[in-house]
Amino acid sequence: MTELKATRDAYGEALVEIGENNDNIVVLDADLSASTKTAKFRKCFPDRFLNIGIAEQNLINVAAGLSTCGKIVFASSFALFATGRPWEQIRNTVAYSNLNVKIVASHGGISVGADGSSHQSLEDIAIMRAIPNMKVIVPCDANESHNAVLAAAAAPGPFYIRLGREKVPMITDPKHKFRVGKAEALRDGDDVTIIACGMMVDAALKAADILEKDGLKASVIDMHTIKPVDTETIMKYARKTGCIVTAEEHSIIGGLGGAVCEFLSENHPVPVYRIGTRDCFGQSGEPALLLKEYNMTPENICKGAKKVIKMKK
Amino acid sequence: MKFDESFLKRKTAELRLSIVEMITKAGSGHPGGSLSAVDLLAVLYYCVMNIRPENPKWENRDRFILSKGHAAPAIYSILSDIGFFPKKELSTLRRIGSILQGHPDMRRVPGIDISTGSLGQGLSVAVGMAIAGKLDKKNYGVYALLGDGELQEGQVWEAAMAASHYKLDNLMIAVDNNGLQIDGRLEEVMSPYPIEDKFRAFGWKTRPIDGHNFSEIFDAWEWARSSNDGKPSAIIAKTVKGKGVYFMENVVDFHGKAPTKEEGKDASVKLKEALDKMNP
Repeated sequence: MTELKATRDAYGEALVEIGENNDNIVVLDADLSASTKTAKFRKCFPDRFLNIGIAEQNLINVAAGLSTCGKIVFASSFALFATGRPWEQIRNTVAYSNLNVKIVASHGGISVGADGSSHQSLEDIAIMRAIPNMKVIVPCDANESHNAVLAAAAAPGPFYIRLGREKVPMITDPKHKFRVGKAEALRDGDDVTIIACGMMVDAALKAADILEKDGLKASVIDMHTIKPVDTETIMKYARKTGCIVTAEEHSIIGGLGGAVCEFLSENHPVPVYRIGTRDCFGQSGEPALLLKEYNMTPENICKGAKKVIKMKK
Repeated sequence: MKFDESFLKRKTAELRLSIVEMITKAGSGHPGGSLSAVDLLAVLYYCVMNIRPENPKWENRDRFILSKGHAAPAIYSILSDIGFFPKKELSTLRRIGSILQGHPDMRRVPGIDISTGSLGQGLSVAVGMAIAGKLDKKNYGVYALLGDGELQEGQVWEAAMAASHYKLDNLMIAVDNNGLQIDGRLEEVMSPYPIEDKFRAFGWKTRPIDGHNFSEIFDAWEWARSSNDGKPSAIIAKTVKGKGVYFMENVVDFHGKAPTKEEGKDASVKLKEALDKMNP
């Protein structure tokens, strides 16, 4: 059976790992350390963990101040509160000056579940992606989450890494080198390409299995870096399959689907169908039922695939 | 440098002249709050802070955050005067390609420790720098200048709470209490008073001063920097918006409006006359 593990759990472990090797790693949280998993770091390095309390604007700018003094700062909260509440602080203080602040947020997407719409972040990728200098990463599994955190710590400048609450299947090899901005091709097929991020990569692989039963071969791309998005890979597969489905646990406005469409419409227009919430808020419910309610299942991806395959003729 | 009142008197007159000329040439900017803050800043930069203009990123330097970033002309005139960048840059204020943006940019201007401009954020950054100083067991101080209108931003109080929670006695701020903001008097727009009581309630120690009296300013900065009681310090400085330019003093309009060419010339002539009367 496939191993299941939450991307946020891998974050907590990765923090401890890099904290052991580098005294300049400092971690901040806004009263959610048990949920974001920064509590693991707090336990190992209490002097380098700072709880800022429920004050996300202060969280981001305290991180900025620390970073100007040579610290590599990880700042965590839930995705909605880490990006939405302090958006302008991130834009004007962190990103404008290209500071070494890594915003790593858990509870991205609708799979947050029962807490409902107030805690389901469906716009964070769009608002982070719109900021110059910001890099945006949405890992598909715990291995990729771990490796993305290490990569962000090693690279200068601001990052936004979006993690999930739920346990998700292991897809990638832990030893595989994570490259910021370089997508991973997980499946190869000529009929359609499914470009996904986060937990929707697993759904995309399942969709490819279903399509295969219908005689359709799908390529599946794990687009873990939404910014800078891997335009080379998008172009290669747009040419190869002539149509694309994007899948993300986010609004279809401005996220991965937006990034793919922006690039293709200027460079190589092909039919694209975007899987994601369609300009609406979420609600309380079990994660699996919510994904069904908002048309984000492997079956929905298959429907989208058949639609774009028809359109390319 | 030691405290020298006659030096400061002459120097701040020069700085005021520089501020007026810079903003007049640019045709836009914020003269009122630059002129109200310049005495506080001059005492800090010429008599208090430990910095090295030849090495702006020196890791043991005292840090400064201009949280009211619109007072950029005041800090630019000081930084260029003490040698962080050539004075000729001052005439490029707010022009395309200039290092001197409308609000301070740390990536462009040597001596600026953090980019500011959006109000309410500087104190949080100062808290981060002060925590870094404590973590690294360094002796540098972190200084910040806040506007009084800026205290209306909720984030200031998030930061004030964190500063006393983390016992940041290496953090010193002055509030430039000129009493005016763009839309009018603070009391009319949204009163932040009583300012001292608020900071004290958040665990700070406070000291009210006349923000144009050099010895009071110097004593206050020294009082703030010499403490090791685990409390951050707030100097609440009563100032006059537009101080030193007779037609700008206490005039709301000059918050964010440049003088006309004629007004600028008039102000320059008067400031030069005053300078001529001072002993060199």
